[in-house]
Amino acid sequence: MRIQNGNRIGVALILVFSLALATGCTGKAKAEADVINIGNGAEPKDLDPHITTGVPEHHIQQNIFEALVSVHPKTLEPIPGVAESWKVSKDGKVYTFTLRKDAKWSNGDPITAQDFVYSWTRLLKPEIASEYAYQGYYLLNGKEFNNGKLKDASKLGVEALDDHTLKVTLVNPTPFFLGLLYHHSYYPVHRKTVEKHGLAWTRPENIVVNGAFTLDKWETNKVISLVPNPHYWDRASVKLKRANFLPTENLDTEEKMFRSGKIQVTNEVPLEKLPQWRKDTTGVYQGVPYLGTYFYWINTTKKGLEDKRVRKALNLGIDRSRLVEFVTLGGQLPGNIYTPPGTAGFTPTAHLPTDLSRLDEAKKLLVEAGYPGGKGLPKLEILYNTHEGHKKIAEALQQMWKQNLGVNVGLYNQEWKVYLDTLQQMQFQLARQGWIGDYNDPTTFLDLLVSDNGNNRSGWKNPKYDQLLESAGRESNVAKRNEYFRQAEDMIMDELPIIPLYIYTRNYLKDPGVQGWEANIQDFHPLKYVSFKPGKAEEPQSK
Amino acid sequence: MGIAYILKRLAVMVPVFVLVVTLVFFMIRFAPGGPFDGEKAVSPEIKRNLLAKYHMDEPLWKQYFNYLGDLARGDLGPSFKYANRTVNELIADGLTVSLELGMISLGWALLIGLTAGGIASLRPNTLWDYIPMSFSILGICLPTFVIGPVLVLIFGIWLEWLPVAGWNSWEDRILPSLTLGFAYAAYISRLTRGGLMEIRNQDFIRTARAKGLSEARILIVHSLRGGLLPVVSYLGPALAGIIAGALVTETIFGIPGLGRFFIQSAVNRDYTVVMGTALVYFTLIFVCNFLVDIAYALLDPRVKHE
Repeated sequence: MRIQNGNRIGVALILVFSLALATGCTGKAKAEADVINIGNGAEPKDLDPHITTGVPEHHIQQNIFEALVSVHPKTLEPIPGVAESWKVSKDGKVYTFTLRKDAKWSNGDPITAQDFVYSWTRLLKPEIASEYAYQGYYLLNGKEFNNGKLKDASKLGVEALDDHTLKVTLVNPTPFFLGLLYHHSYYPVHRKTVEKHGLAWTRPENIVVNGAFTLDKWETNKVISLVPNPHYWDRASVKLKRANFLPTENLDTEEKMFRSGKIQVTNEVPLEKLPQWRKDTTGVYQGVPYLGTYFYWINTTKKGLEDKRVRKALNLGIDRSRLVEFVTLGGQLPGNIYTPPGTAGFTPTAHLPTDLSRLDEAKKLLVEAGYPGGKGLPKLEILYNTHEGHKKIAEALQQMWKQNLGVNVGLYNQEWKVYLDTLQQMQFQLARQGWIGDYNDPTTFLDLLVSDNGNNRSGWKNPKYDQLLESAGRESNVAKRNEYFRQAEDMIMDELPIIPLYIYTRNYLKDPGVQGWEANIQDFHPLKYVSFKPGKAEEPQSK
Repeated sequence: MGIAYILKRLAVMVPVFVLVVTLVFFMIRFAPGGPFDGEKAVSPEIKRNLLAKYHMDEPLWKQYFNYLGDLARGDLGPSFKYANRTVNELIADGLTVSLELGMISLGWALLIGLTAGGIASLRPNTLWDYIPMSFSILGICLPTFVIGPVLVLIFGIWLEWLPVAGWNSWEDRILPSLTLGFAYAAYISRLTRGGLMEIRNQDFIRTARAKGLSEARILIVHSLRGGLLPVVSYLGPALAGIIAGALVTETIFGIPGLGRFFIQSAVNRDYTVVMGTALVYFTLIFVCNFLVDIAYALLDPRVKHE
């Protein structure tokens, strides 16, 4: 029969196809020594250090640019980078850096103090429109120059005394300034390349850099590939032959790529897989405290919420331990403080409970405020941007407040940019916010609640608080500074324009063969110190 | 059907194109939030610098006419989000990948769909019919975000035959194109079966059979041409859909196609990329339907004479 003939052909085709699959190809990626593949989240916006704003970009930039002062991969303490030494004036406002003479750009040009003058001036130029220009406001006249009030760039607090001596003058003594230099906005750029190629200077065929690696390949949404920079002064220390950064926006895909050996370090772990991975005993799972706080804004201009007692009751009526244990799942610390513990050696005194031990006080506060058992309190709403994780947290809080305080709260989610717009216009009562520190210092958190801070969404303004931070800004003595911070944190805990929920943890997976990748609070991983010996990427294993 | 017909179709396209440009331009700009809003809001001074850099401080009507002017020169502008790339470059890169993925997927869809549908139509209401048609129901019901991860789990993680994600070697092409093509294969198999079954009862087939022609000859020479008309008319929207609707597949397999830009740019309020991708998809859908109309005319003599 002809039909059967046709079927035979079909069956044969399927067989051949299956055989081809079974024999011809393998999905298991072959790992190569000292070639590392890193899951990097979103596709980078650019690699121009004065243009970018994100973390994925910085993962790459810290390897292709070398800062004046670098960081120790584990302790994050300042260590020599392009500068081999530096002196700080007594008042803490003038830094004099001595640049190493063997530092070169990837095209062989020497790196001079003038390169830093050019780069930092560029950061602050209004027409460059750097979103992180404010990082340069620590420099004398930085703000005025960026706002266009000052036209003369030579008045900026950065000056080349000679080819290898750079003098930096700051507005205030800024004890964290050396750490700040590792922020991408302070990286040097190669003047001739930038001026010759304009926007396209960061493309692999044009780019000139000064870090341990150079950019070899950049295919949009596919891969960014780095190779060692032959002109790097410390080339001998670099062990990796190649580092590939892959965009991995889909966490499930990323985890599967890790399990099949296609990547050696992931950017994140999917929420639903976290409980399983956290039980892992092979050393693959990494959960590292991170410099960030997740909290809710309380809009203190709204009825009911202008009352400190209500804000306090809301803060005491939630069980933060249960929230991190059963909802966020990533081993986060319960947010009983605002500034993450150990931020540049400062740990605030906790004033909020991690559990419901002060629930009675909360109920009493509501009675005092005239809302016994939540009665009479205007209907509250939590605003969050559409995201499964935020939703779960909001639902947990909704349930806790209902059960513990009798307060009814509605949930309201908005698309990301709409949510940002609503925040800006203060059209909410409670809203979520994640705040990641730009540098390792309490000011990166505490400044947020200063009255005129553009990101302060609480409507809470307190001249005393502003005064405290201003005093801290002028202070160069660390102990005295920390005392100001402690008072500021105390004030937040008393006034509670926010509801701290948890301190961030970075969760990711790392192949045990990856060496020299140190855990630290800012999630910095200079690849200069990293090497890779292939082993087998493991499935999650538990005891 | 001649040159006049083609010209007439193209003439219709121009005003529709301008209408789409106008609608998308204003709709995306009236959506709350802008390209420079982020978790950390920038200060008003810095925002002013940013708006000036991208000429967004000019009146909207002026921006609109500037955009039209650039568009006429084939310049889709710079991306706000991907600062060192132009929209033209982003689209050129993404579209190449999307077209390749789409073509392979459509190939799978046709291969599987026509074969399954053809087999089913020859022996209706037997196992030869039930089995492929059950699979096709499955294909229609199961969304790509289920099929994709399941295929990855089986062939990528368990059997370790095929890569779980990426877009480098030919092996990388197999799972995503199958995932994307599967649902279309299902539709095509049902359309094929239906079309062929209908033709089988026509007089001219009965005549052919009476003349003693072999079943294969009847199928290939006589039935297919008419029986495939429904499939052909489905191909236009299918091709456009397969290229434009690959977002989920692209995300699951980490493929650098255009679908991701389409969604991401709207989320980012990356105005120029939103415009660019919308226009590319509009053109694509238009061209696909246009090609199908021509193919239809070639296959069906009745259309040719109209």
